[in-house]
Amino acid sequence: MSEIFSPIAVPAAKPAQVASEGAATRAILIGIAVAFLALFLVLPLFAVFTQAFSKGIGAFLDAFREPDAWSAIRLTLTVAVIAVPFNVVFGLAASWAIAKFEFPGKSLLITLIDLPFSVSPVVSGMIYVLLFGSQGLFGSWLIDHGIQILFALPGIVLATVFVTFPFVARELIPLMQEQGTAEEEAALTLGASGLHAFRTVTLPNIRWGLLYSVLLCNARAMGEFGAVSVVSGHIRGLTNTIPLHVEILYNEYNFVAAFAVASLLAVLALITLVLKSVLEWRFAGELAHGRAH
Amino acid sequence: MVETPRPKTSLLRTFRRPSVIPGFGISFGYTLTCLGLIVLLPLAGLVAKASGLGLSGIWEVATDPRVASALRISFGVSALAALVASAFGFLVAWVLTRYRFPGRKLVDAAVDLPFALPTAVAGIALASLYAPDGLLGAPLARLGIQVAYTPVGIFIAMVFIGLPFAVRTVQPLIAEIDKEIEEASATLGATRLVTLTKVVLPPLIPAVLTGFALAFARGVGEYGSIIFIAGNLPYVSEIAPLLIVIKLSEFDYGGAAAIATIMLGISFLTLLAINLIQAWSRRRFGYV
Repeated sequence: MSEIFSPIAVPAAKPAQVASEGAATRAILIGIAVAFLALFLVLPLFAVFTQAFSKGIGAFLDAFREPDAWSAIRLTLTVAVIAVPFNVVFGLAASWAIAKFEFPGKSLLITLIDLPFSVSPVVSGMIYVLLFGSQGLFGSWLIDHGIQILFALPGIVLATVFVTFPFVARELIPLMQEQGTAEEEAALTLGASGLHAFRTVTLPNIRWGLLYSVLLCNARAMGEFGAVSVVSGHIRGLTNTIPLHVEILYNEYNFVAAFAVASLLAVLALITLVLKSVLEWRFAGELAHGRAH
Repeated sequence: MVETPRPKTSLLRTFRRPSVIPGFGISFGYTLTCLGLIVLLPLAGLVAKASGLGLSGIWEVATDPRVASALRISFGVSALAALVASAFGFLVAWVLTRYRFPGRKLVDAAVDLPFALPTAVAGIALASLYAPDGLLGAPLARLGIQVAYTPVGIFIAMVFIGLPFAVRTVQPLIAEIDKEIEEASATLGATRLVTLTKVVLPPLIPAVLTGFALAFARGVGEYGSIIFIAGNLPYVSEIAPLLIVIKLSEFDYGGAAAIATIMLGISFLTLLAINLIQAWSRRRFGYV
């Protein structure tokens, strides 16, 4: 008599074990996954700091005695201070229009807002070169009027806004759609003005999602390399952002300084990750679902 | 930049469904203005530049040996990297959703590192790790494997940036699997392996394919994390985005636009494929 084919033989194992792998298999799979992540993701981050401090703390600090480093830090902060609030205002407007109203062509509009995510960073910068470069569409007009967009702050801001364009909107649209319009309608019926309802009802509902998207948007704005590299012109002390300054130092074989400046961005990335994770753990219910970037 | 609400409100009302909530005109107008000026107009400029070349002009650029080689490297290596990222991404997603182990949340957070770390920083870090005298490059060199300044280096960088896409598209779906189906399968006598391959895996395939496509598209366009480790030797380890930068610096806007158009065209086809996969998945399984 074979017991293998008898369903009565099965209940000996608990359901939880039946629907999972054995302890040994689990341990091996966890081991492979963790080792893979450690090798591919964590080790590069670790390398940034070991290289930055490889010649001691003095050499590390020397990288920040350069005026060029400070002008790069200033420029990066300036760009972020313009680009991030712009995208917040855009994201709020877009999500308000898309989530609170019904109109035809909505999914096309969402796709178009997402478009910058599927464009290569280099192409994102290049489209502004085609428009504003000396041989570009508006090039001669800009030269005649003495307006400098390319190889200057406006071009860098434009390229940064382009690559970070979808960040706030794509977090807030699904979040606002989930929340519906009932609460705003209640506020309006009770006599609140539109702006008042937005400030006291909508904004508190989306605050964690907004903060979440601002974090990611800011990290990308400060770290963008490809798009900014195309429009910046790499003028030392003038149009170099932190990532571009890192590139120049690295290409000059000034490795310690390159990694020292890069470690600033790595710290920013770590802070972003920590805050992002805290938001995901504590306010999961108040963030948009489907967190595939 | 703020567009004033159009006086013809009747037209606006027929366009959207009536609602008591105010601010549609201004928020919709502002959205369209920003989208048009920052995204659509500049992209249209690219399309205009490329169509000025004509199909024959684009073909001429595409068949230039150096361009063709760069496109082959970008698309070929990216496909390979996306494949590896998908396989390991699935494993990571599975381990993170199904098993409980100390430090799981930390590992989960680390998956997003490539999203948060600026590409240039990742690029120089990978280059120093895999350089012939680097921490990983030196032992690999003793084994006769050279990573830096070869397509293998490009591959490593593309796996790095593609991995989060592969993990994050599959992870929510693994979490949603109804455990009762697996239990039913086991009670009916299936071994664990049969349950995994016949019951658990098939509904996850669309998500794995979507993750693959996203990682692939990202790898093709990636620039910052690759150029430092690649060494950028023409015909060997030169990627298409770098060739665009080179053409732009030579003021060859037409050539740059042609390469960009080819890349956008193939990326568009990839996105189309994702949408078709998702539509198929919705019909077949009732969810994306």
